[in-house]
Amino acid sequence: MNPIRFDDWTAPVPAVRREVLSVLPEEETDRPPVLFVPGLGHGAWAFAEHWLAHAAERGYPAHSVSPRDRGDLRAQVHDVVQVAVSLPRQVVLVGHGAGARVVARVLARYPARAAVLAAPLLDGRAALGAALRANPAGTLPALVGGRLRVNRRQLFGPGMPAERADAYLGRLVHPGARMQRQLAGRDASPAPVGDPPVLVVGSPDDRVVPRASLDRAAVRHGGAPLLFPGMGHDLMLDTGWTEPLDAILDWLDKELGG
Amino acid sequence: MADTPLADRTDAVCVIGAGGSGLAAVKSLREHGFAVDCYERETSVGGAWNWRHDRSPVSSGTHLISSRPLTEFPDFPMPDSWPDYPRHSQVLSYLERYAAHFGLREHIWFGTEVVAATPVGDGRWDVTTRSTGGGAERTQRYAAVVAANGHNWSPKPVTLEGADDFRGRILPASAYKDPAQLRGRKVLVIGGGNTGCDIAVEAAQHAAAVWHSTRRGYWYAPKFVLGRPADQINALARRWRLPLRLRQWLYHRTVRLTVGDVTRFGLAAPDHRPYESHPLVNSQLIYYVGHGRITPVADVARLEAFAVTLTDGMRVEPDLIVTATGYLPRFEFLAPQLLDMDDDGRPDLHLHAFARRHPTLAVIGLVQSDGGLFPLAHWQSVAVARWLRLRIADPARAGAVQQKESQRPIASWSRTRTVPSSRHWFEVSFVDYLRALGELIDRLEPA
Ligand SMILES: Cc1cc2nc3c(=O)[nH]c(=O)nc-3n(C[C@H](O)[C@H](O)[C@H](O)COP(=O)(O)OP(=O)(O)OC[C@H]3O[C@@H](n4cnc5c(N)ncnc54)[C@H](O)[C@@H]3O)c2cc1C
Ligand SMILES: NC(=O)c1ccc[n+]([C@@H]2O[C@H](COP(=O)([O-])OP(=O)(O)OC[C@H]3O[C@@H](n4cnc5c(N)ncnc54)[C@H](OP(=O)(O)O)[C@@H]3O)[C@@H](O)[C@H]2O)c1
Repeated sequence: MNPIRFDDWTAPVPAVRREVLSVLPEEETDRPPVLFVPGLGHGAWAFAEHWLAHAAERGYPAHSVSPRDRGDLRAQVHDVVQVAVSLPRQVVLVGHGAGARVVARVLARYPARAAVLAAPLLDGRAALGAALRANPAGTLPALVGGRLRVNRRQLFGPGMPAERADAYLGRLVHPGARMQRQLAGRDASPAPVGDPPVLVVGSPDDRVVPRASLDRAAVRHGGAPLLFPGMGHDLMLDTGWTEPLDAILDWLDKELGG
Repeated sequence: MADTPLADRTDAVCVIGAGGSGLAAVKSLREHGFAVDCYERETSVGGAWNWRHDRSPVSSGTHLISSRPLTEFPDFPMPDSWPDYPRHSQVLSYLERYAAHFGLREHIWFGTEVVAATPVGDGRWDVTTRSTGGGAERTQRYAAVVAANGHNWSPKPVTLEGADDFRGRILPASAYKDPAQLRGRKVLVIGGGNTGCDIAVEAAQHAAAVWHSTRRGYWYAPKFVLGRPADQINALARRWRLPLRLRQWLYHRTVRLTVGDVTRFGLAAPDHRPYESHPLVNSQLIYYVGHGRITPVADVARLEAFAVTLTDGMRVEPDLIVTATGYLPRFEFLAPQLLDMDDDGRPDLHLHAFARRHPTLAVIGLVQSDGGLFPLAHWQSVAVARWLRLRIADPARAGAVQQKESQRPIASWSRTRTVPSSRHWFEVSFVDYLRALGELIDRLEPA
């Protein structure tokens, strides 16, 4: 444990206005707030499509935060912690893809109530390998600092209507070369503080995060991944989005009840 | 008057005080699996920062002197939209949100004062409490006691010769709450700590005349250096691993270039090097001295009915004297030997936190540094919780850690070269102290 935080003390991350989308349960419940953290190129909107409302219906105050424009990993970690501590109770963090990488780092400084790493992009090399196989033309420019582009088949399962998939793809933004570079390495987050329960979910058919990476992430947190075969990387937008979310919330109900 | 039978709280830990330090202790102990009863004699959290509390040393104009990043809890940052130096009411709301966020209130008994904590022999403690409004005492048995009772609420007594003859008013700084108390008065402020300087500045803005009496010269650091909060520049020098001598030289240069030669303004020259006294952070004092609104004067020799004579023979005629001579720690609920107190009432604790002969007694927040207090209280709390847990889980390893810790050189975590004054009893360097705590925490990691 290293209490020396020179980065924070000598060069604090500059403040920005953050976009936070929220859906609250109709009646107040004793359940903790859930903060969803989107991955590469996605914004808070990705959770506002389906997951926020569904989580709220099941009694969880649901929020999602957009990464700041061209923010690097450190800035994103800062933003997520800022939003987490602004909520009235200790939060549950749910990170998707590169957002799970952010969450893994956040856990090393903020004691979350619980955390979910969904299709976590923790091993950049493995993800890069998978991306090169699935979409060489979209991936190669990123190797030289250009923008990474993903295609329909990387993010969604075969059941996803093409127009919907393309509409989502059209909303993706360039996360910035610096963030892309940082993600290419392997996650080296220190252990979580406060010992929160951590769940890993993903799909064996994800073409961004290989199955072996899911297993490794789960083993690190002392479990096995919950798998949703047939789905693409974007668990919260793909056609079967209810299934992983319900599984996550069932797990939460159980963890928090105990 | 124990009228209820002794209740055994088995493995629970008793925390005394719900200021920033007590809250950090409750949170950390809970995270490490302990049941906790925290007793707070006031009716709300926040301690010193709750200026409605009678004993709060904070006044309506107080702002932090440590900047936000060096003041906030490491796992609960203040909003980044706040200024570099938030105001006292913001600090209070921050502590209230911290308590709510981590659900700490349900472990706190408000309006309940701890009047005695006594070891019962097997490492356990009998803690006697009384409700603040009076009423019956109650004694409960705990596995450990963590005192977080603060050390900035009991004014250090100062004897002013002739005080009985003085016809004006003598006000301890802790009773100063609002500039209205100064309006139109001729004020003498005694004491050159941050409190004395803050009050002298407020007096300059509101009083008819102001004298500021100090018994030595000090280094007055501005709040901002090179456009950044001074403590962040200081942290930068630590980051670059500049040796103390070089930092002292740099400090000297910076003060020379920014504040300049203070003796030109009539202030006494410092009688010590930079970093040898608790940092004074005040950009306005010299400004008002330079505008003739504050007259710096020597130490007080004697009071008469309508005048005060200073040690250099000068006479001034205030009608209000504010004594800002600092505070002393008070542990009335503990027998002095439990904290290895000397005759002056100075406790001797390992890392200013662990009782040397009572492994289940610790104190949180009994430190003062060149940064903020909450980060230190946070990591102290983590260390204490881990220590108590390891004692239960692996007594042999706990013993080994204790053995190792006993060899830690005091100079590695305590500021040993300071002006001899009770105000420096608990002075530490923010960075060195956190390094030492980090090492201890690693040693206490479960195998
Ligand atoms: C004017 C002033 C300005 C300051 N500015 C800064 C700053 O800029 N940055 C910084 O980091 N620090 C600053 N400090 C230091 C400040 O003391 C700490 O920030 C912090 O408030 C200390 O918290 P604490 O919990 O240790 O003590 P306190 O805040 O004093 O809390 C102790 C609590 O214990 C309770 N208590 C005491 N005895 C008993 C008992 N027997 N039974 C039950 N309850 C009890 C008290 O009621 C109180 O609520 C300043 C101090 C002063 C005086
Ligand atoms: N704005 C802020 O954030 C703020 C404001 C106020 C206080 N604080 C903090 O609160 C704590 C307490 O500060 P403080 O200023 O109240 O106390 P302090 O730091 O102990 O300063 C006390 C001052 O009084 C002098 N003094 C003590 N006894 C005296 C005596 N008998 N006769 C004459 N002078 C005497 C001391 O001189 P010597 O140096 O010779 O001992 C010193 O100048 C500190 O940690 C401080 O940083 C912060």
